[in-house]
Amino acid sequence: MDKITFTKFIINPKMFWSNFFLLGFFILLGFACSHYMELEGHYVTGMNNQIVWGLPHIFAVLLIVIASGVLNIASISSVFDKKLYKPLAPLSALLAISFLIAGLVILVLDLGRPNRLIVAMTTYNFKSIFSWNIFLYSGFTVVLAAYMWTMLDREVNKYSKFMGTFAFGWRIILTTGTGSIFGFLVAREAYSTAILAPLFIVMSLLYGTAVYYLILRLISKFHDTYITTDILDNLKKLSVMFLFANLYFLGLYHVTNMYIAKHLDFEIFILSSGGIYTISFWVGQVFIGIILPIIILSSNKLCTHLALTTSSILILIGSFIAMYVIIIGGQAYPLTIFPDHIIIDSSFFDNVVHSYIPSVYEFGLGIGGIALALIIVLVGIANFKFLPTMISSLHKKQAAEKSSDS
Amino acid sequence: MKDSARLTRREFMVKSFTAISTVYIIPDLIPKAVASKPLDAEVSAKTEWAINVDVTKCVDGCTACVDACVDENGLYGFDRPETDSQWIRKLQIKDIRTEQVTTLPMMCQHCENPPCVDVCPTGASFRREDGIVMVNQHTCIGCRYCMMACPFKARSFVHENLTEQVTSSPRGKGCVESCNLCVNRIDHGSETTACEEACMKEGHNAITFGDLANPDSRVSLAIKTKPSRRLREDLKLKQRVTYSGF
Repeated sequence: MDKITFTKFIINPKMFWSNFFLLGFFILLGFACSHYMELEGHYVTGMNNQIVWGLPHIFAVLLIVIASGVLNIASISSVFDKKLYKPLAPLSALLAISFLIAGLVILVLDLGRPNRLIVAMTTYNFKSIFSWNIFLYSGFTVVLAAYMWTMLDREVNKYSKFMGTFAFGWRIILTTGTGSIFGFLVAREAYSTAILAPLFIVMSLLYGTAVYYLILRLISKFHDTYITTDILDNLKKLSVMFLFANLYFLGLYHVTNMYIAKHLDFEIFILSSGGIYTISFWVGQVFIGIILPIIILSSNKLCTHLALTTSSILILIGSFIAMYVIIIGGQAYPLTIFPDHIIIDSSFFDNVVHSYIPSVYEFGLGIGGIALALIIVLVGIANFKFLPTMISSLHKKQAAEKSSDS
Repeated sequence: MKDSARLTRREFMVKSFTAISTVYIIPDLIPKAVASKPLDAEVSAKTEWAINVDVTKCVDGCTACVDACVDENGLYGFDRPETDSQWIRKLQIKDIRTEQVTTLPMMCQHCENPPCVDVCPTGASFRREDGIVMVNQHTCIGCRYCMMACPFKARSFVHENLTEQVTSSPRGKGCVESCNLCVNRIDHGSETTACEEACMKEGHNAITFGDLANPDSRVSLAIKTKPSRRLREDLKLKQRVTYSGF
């Protein structure tokens, strides 16, 4: 009977280094963009005193949400004892740590004073969810590192279930914290609701699964990776379940907002009169990001691989647009300072829907962050045994290599 | 025996040093000694700094308070209204029912329960015992979470390099800032803010600053004579800036 073992990513050195340098180039580009923004000040970006969080935050929050969600595969294996997913668990933890680091780097490099990171790491205001998140994010990397160790080292393998459960609990709290960054903003109609926390959790499950599948698929193009039809069918079912969960919580979030009288105007804005934000919501977040993937995954006309690949790409396009709607759309809608009045004149744009055109530097920083996540994955799988491989196929490969050498 | 008419080298050195000290050091100490009294006094909750704005006295088109704030704090912009700092701004609002148009100044409302202080990760955004809400420019990391949290859009982010800074009001690129009730003036014993002073000079007297804890202060009297209200009272932030006449 075939046995599963873990191997390093066996790749042609030329291909490894070309990918390494390509990703390295984007990382340097990201750093250069960030350095320019710090040197000149944020006026060179599209952000201003109205839209204070922009494209870097879309990238950063998305990467952090993905980081939490991508651990889903490992959680299913360890926490819910699903043996099917066990071979895929170590890679899942590596992806989680990579995306988390990338998200945090973007967030830090977009600060007005990134040189004061040490202040953020040493001075805390425990009333702030941001402070808690600093602990949750840095703690998560430690928990993930320990979890990976228990999965990869046979001597401590007996603790992997415990560490998996611990990491699962940690990431649920972490995503709750990320959603609460927005949920705790009482002044803005778009936020100020606790539903954002579970919404972010289901978003993380969906986006994380999509990213996991796409990366596994990419790796399997170069490396004989263990993916059975059972796993594929299961991933498909999981994705459909997460898509419906997203639709449910998204609907609940908007219905709740419509029910709160003071949030109604914002709902009308985002759902019908918000121009680019309304179009982004319906076409991007709902149709491309949720409805279309449900249709593709539910139809039997496409093979499982193709259906999963297409739907995962659509889910990720939708995820980016969803973050745009939540982060930019939420700020674009002007604050209600005078509920019984209309502001007819202001030098500070109090009475207009704010516009936001991101700059190339913000985009460069975001892309640099994604490249950073991918380079950590590349170096990780090339140096440590993360990839599940069938022993029989490994033997075949080694035998083939030996015969070609001789 | 020592010759009293002639100075020894040591005596010469001591006397010279004393003379130089008298000429150079003492004049420097005098103004500091005068200023040190209010600066050394501990900020306490016994003082409750507040502002009342009588919107019926605020004149449409007048920007004296805004101009005074710019001069006081060196808020010279770069002709980029979307990114330039504004600590105080003039708004014109219309009542939805009566269609009455009102003009008023808008600045940090110095909440007793300030959301900006709650969300600040480093505690750089803080509230003093006397009610002044301000930003510690040394520990602000520029995350802008306070700007997301403020219901009054009272805060600005310094988007570019500054050149014409005022020593009494230090600012820094990459930090968030807002009205601090002219804290530097107040701590040096002044009883008025730049905006109130300018409004009084114009003869409008729409802005009244003072200590709420003192029943005879200008602001206490202003609030007693005319009913006032806080903006967004539903948020229960208990702002120290109140508005009368609308």
